[in-house]
Amino acid sequence: MASLNRQKNEQSGFGASVESRRHARRWVRAEQRVVVVVFLLATLISVLATVGIIYTLLRESYGFFQVVSAWEFITGTRWAPLFEPQAFGVLPLIAGTLLAAGIAGIVALTLGLGAAIYLSEYAPDRVRRIIKPVLEVLAGIPTVVYGFFALSFVTPLLQSFLPIPVIFNVLSAGIVMGLMIMPMVSTLSEDAMVAVPRPLRDAAYALGATRFEVATKVVVPAALPGIVAAFILALSRAIGETLIVTIAAGATPNLTLNPLESIQTMTAYIVQVSLGETPQGSLVFKTIFAVGLLLFLMTLIMNIVGRWVVRRYTERY
Amino acid sequence: MEHERPPIGSARRTSSIAASITRPRHSSSTTTPNSTSNRSTWRRWRDRFFFVLFFASVAIGILGLAALVIDVMTDGLGALDFSFINSYPSRHAGESGIRAALFGTIWITVGTAAFAIPIGVGTAIFLEEFAPDHWAVRLVQLNISNLAGVPSIIYGILGLALFVQAFALDRSVLAGSLTMTLLVLPIVIIVSQEAIKAVPGEFRDAAFALGANRWQVVKTVVFPQAIPGIMSGIILALSRAVGEAAPMLMISSLVFLTFIPSSPGDRFTVLPVQIFNWVSLPQPGFQAVASAGIIILLAVLLSLNSIAIWIRNRYQTRY
Repeated sequence: MASLNRQKNEQSGFGASVESRRHARRWVRAEQRVVVVVFLLATLISVLATVGIIYTLLRESYGFFQVVSAWEFITGTRWAPLFEPQAFGVLPLIAGTLLAAGIAGIVALTLGLGAAIYLSEYAPDRVRRIIKPVLEVLAGIPTVVYGFFALSFVTPLLQSFLPIPVIFNVLSAGIVMGLMIMPMVSTLSEDAMVAVPRPLRDAAYALGATRFEVATKVVVPAALPGIVAAFILALSRAIGETLIVTIAAGATPNLTLNPLESIQTMTAYIVQVSLGETPQGSLVFKTIFAVGLLLFLMTLIMNIVGRWVVRRYTERY
Repeated sequence: MEHERPPIGSARRTSSIAASITRPRHSSSTTTPNSTSNRSTWRRWRDRFFFVLFFASVAIGILGLAALVIDVMTDGLGALDFSFINSYPSRHAGESGIRAALFGTIWITVGTAAFAIPIGVGTAIFLEEFAPDHWAVRLVQLNISNLAGVPSIIYGILGLALFVQAFALDRSVLAGSLTMTLLVLPIVIIVSQEAIKAVPGEFRDAAFALGANRWQVVKTVVFPQAIPGIMSGIILALSRAVGEAAPMLMISSLVFLTFIPSSPGDRFTVLPVQIFNWVSLPQPGFQAVASAGIIILLAVLLSLNSIAIWIRNRYQTRY
């Protein structure tokens, strides 16, 4: 405020001529016009980023689909672009991705929902203030660290009681990925539960309900849209996750539902090709754009659905 | 709402109705059990059982975090010394260090900050203060929240095709910084918008009443008030950039670098990429080196986050 006053005094101070005051006012207006244009250009950059992503993925994928038919890509059950004879069926990569994300989803939903119910319905305020930030640390740990953790700790632990043939397996990667997205599920679900009004709980308690009954029959149903959305958004995060699955789940495209086997996800395949000796512009190099386009569409749809669920089904009290 | 409240007659007089209800009056001390008390005993046991289960999910999360930290520490502390920080990568695990990756990370972080802060904050100010309520503006807003959900590897593909190839920047610090800028931009924008929204409308009204135009109001009233929130948001976005490996893996590609970048046109490697390289090496000694690198990475992130929290607590005013 002080600087505003000072500026005014300098520009159109007492005794200043009408001419100079008009000049100052024109200057202020011109400055605003310039600033608005600059900020508008900054805003356009985020639009350009989206256009850039879609254009890049579509252009290179188009080149790929000139050679390999889209039908073969979507329905083929063998993925081997790097070996002879080449095969371009993406289903093994999709299966691997969904298997890893599915395991992560089960872990994250169980732990995340349990944690959210504890934090919102049981925990005293003091305990919640300590536990919440600790859990959120989990979301801030770099994924490469989780990958190392999966490979060096969780896999040997699983191997001690499960028949895991090779060190790479999707179970370990999925569990660790579940740990990573758990705070996302618990934070978003807890937000939805806290938003359920107090009188609804009190009414149930007045009817003699236990805390468990209030949580499962009143709070969770009322907060369900938020919980479902949290779960969808976390799954989308797991589908796009790269490092954990690249490090711990292996690099063998594998159409399987067995969590003890090594698989390859779409993201891990993209890393494999971009780190390899593949010449840019070749057909093999173009596969990463086709796989990337598929990944982009999958996560985009899940994100849109997740946000739509919140908007459409959230109860207003 | 304490869970363990003694079920004496006083329970009926407690301020919290809920607490007394969870302890039914037909308690186990009743001498003549009937069907009602059996049922309420069962309900009470179920309540307790699930309390333990819900608490266990929190405990498992925290134990997982503890296991991760202990795992990294036991593997890595032995390899962590000054020569590790000051050496270049080597074929021999014992001589490997993170000097190149550490400086690469600093280059990328500074470069990302230089692009992402002005663009992100500018966008946030435009959307919150200047943009009219128009369908195109709502579309831009929707687009930004969608960008926040795009997998990081997709930004790697974009950076590779756009900055490395089309702009012919090669696998340089500049290409890496620009890629990372696009990745953290949605975070910077969204957090800055929240900070600007939190400035009360009365402040703006007061400035308008003094004859200020919109830009003067933003420059002298709104922006200074929003700076702490924007700052802590920027630091959180940058710590995301420091830890992000997937796009840098595609842009940097090279992980055996024995020099420090001296200009934005030089090649680079960053901490997560270097760690990924060590983790994927089969020779036994490199696991310890990878863990030592992780300790450094986590220490950098911890200090960044502490600064963000400190700024938030020190400067944020609640209205």
